[in-house]
Amino acid sequence: MNHIALKMLMGDKGKYIGIIMGLTFASLIMTQQPAIFVGLMSRSYSFISDVGLPDIWVMDAKVQFVDDIKPLQDTELYRVRGISGVEWATPMYKGLLKVRLTDGTFQTCIVVGLDDSTLIGGPPVMIEGKLDNLRNSDSVVVDIDGARDKLGKPSPTPGAAPIPLKIGDTLEINDRRAIVAGIAKVTRTFQSQPVIYTTYSRAKSYAPKERKLLSFVLVKAKKGQDIAELTRRITKTTGLAAYSQAEFQELTYEYFMHNTGIPINFGISVLLGFIVGAAIAGQTFYNFTLENLRQFGVLKAMGASNLILLRMILLQAVLVGSIGYGLGVGLTALFGFAMRNTILAFKFPWQLLLFSGTGVSLICIFAAFISILKVIRLEPAIVFKG
Amino acid sequence: MELAVSCKNVSKVYDTGGQKVTALNCIDLDIIIGELMMLVGPSGCGKTTLISVVAGILDQDNGSCELFGENLQDMSSKDKLNFRARNIGFVFQSFNLLPSLNAAENVSIPLILNGMKRFEAERKAVTVLEQVGLGDRWKFLPSQLSGGQQQRVAIARALVHNPRLIVCDEPTSALDHVTGQNVMTMLKDVAMHKERTLVIVTHDARIFDFADRIAEMDDGHIVTVGGIKAKKLSLNSAS
Repeated sequence: MNHIALKMLMGDKGKYIGIIMGLTFASLIMTQQPAIFVGLMSRSYSFISDVGLPDIWVMDAKVQFVDDIKPLQDTELYRVRGISGVEWATPMYKGLLKVRLTDGTFQTCIVVGLDDSTLIGGPPVMIEGKLDNLRNSDSVVVDIDGARDKLGKPSPTPGAAPIPLKIGDTLEINDRRAIVAGIAKVTRTFQSQPVIYTTYSRAKSYAPKERKLLSFVLVKAKKGQDIAELTRRITKTTGLAAYSQAEFQELTYEYFMHNTGIPINFGISVLLGFIVGAAIAGQTFYNFTLENLRQFGVLKAMGASNLILLRMILLQAVLVGSIGYGLGVGLTALFGFAMRNTILAFKFPWQLLLFSGTGVSLICIFAAFISILKVIRLEPAIVFKG
Repeated sequence: MELAVSCKNVSKVYDTGGQKVTALNCIDLDIIIGELMMLVGPSGCGKTTLISVVAGILDQDNGSCELFGENLQDMSSKDKLNFRARNIGFVFQSFNLLPSLNAAENVSIPLILNGMKRFEAERKAVTVLEQVGLGDRWKFLPSQLSGGQQQRVAIARALVHNPRLIVCDEPTSALDHVTGQNVMTMLKDVAMHKERTLVIVTHDARIFDFADRIAEMDDGHIVTVGGIKAKKLSLNSAS
């Protein structure tokens, strides 16, 4: 009876497309909105992910997330270096500084100061120039998105896109000259500010005068050293907070989850998508069953059992659910592909497929359940009513 | 004479929003195997309720109704479904063909319900459609067929699994006179044989001639049962 169920479903093309569109919409919303949410949340710790080499990040004990900089004295670096199990430890400066552009306007940028000798903590990918160029006088490396957009030079044509910065161009940071010596690719940050890399000592000269300027100490553990044990030892010895890369990412992620309105805003979008999708698809599917009630009655009169009819309705629900889910997920993937080089945050891990799949399944089960109840209660004698 | 249907003291009362409506009131009716019995009477007299009980798709409140010696009310739901699938064919007033299935697929449904494979069932359906004169239209959807052709498809569907009883509810009332006569002729020619019984509910006096016997109902009772000549006289004198 499977082919009969499928033909009944597809026979009314308007209804069939309506059900599928409802499920596609629900699936799209349940996939696209969480993908933007995941993308946005992953940006909160993208800076940590980009700095791949160190095993441990050491910082002030009160730091709550990666942008919550509470500077340390430079002497803390030497204390960390003296702890057993530490292979090496390097300083890092991270701060928000105002950069004066060629047209005289200012742009707030994330300035990162890397250890002068090793340049550890630099950008993951260099597009133009070399990281070593930072050893040249006044040199900085600028991230590509910033160079193209917020740090770009104004176009002579009004309304046209800015002219991207290139190697050799000059900026001003806190009245000091900064020469672009390289262009790098970094993961966009949460606030999408341009990122400028320079050496630790030069970054200190750019930063406003403060007694303490060391943001983080980046630590590499000796080979075979247990990371968790070493973080505990650093904390115990220095009184500072020490986290593995994953722990620091989680700390940052949890801060944004619990202290911003982002999760609740996206949660509402997803919930609304689910409710609207369930309402459209559920009601259309139920109406479809109601309109076919006489046909189910005919089958029942001719000897079709409730089990057969139940299987038919479930098959119909599974089919429209699968198509709607596939289209929704496909549209989300297309959306992500189209937005891949834009400022929009978008990340599509496999767990989202499970999430939206579960959502669409629940809608289909709900729609099939109410339809099945109607068919099971159906008196076959309905077929003799005119 | 062996009985196809034997109803004794059958009653059925509907509860419509607190109001009791007696549809069948102590009905006694025997239908012989191989005969064409028509149930006639005014609207609301209980004809449709009676064939629903006879066909085992509605349970009576009182009395017994045996079909080929079996009391359907004593059967489990599963046995009743199987019995119905094997032994009963249906022809409805509004054809009740599944609109998205073609003629052969519609006709094949009873065979599939009886466990036959789909393609074999559709092959057999085409041969039965040939018997009702629609062999060249087996691919047509119901919407592509005229009313008379749709009813012939419905008759083919009622016949395809070779049931012992065919119940027809107003099979000609949606058709014009000529088409109705043709459908009845075809129904009698193709469907009737000594092993098969037809029960037809109708108020279309133009097809009474096809009946072996006619049971006249009124107000939930069977008023008279008789041969066609007696019935014609009775109906003429009444009018």
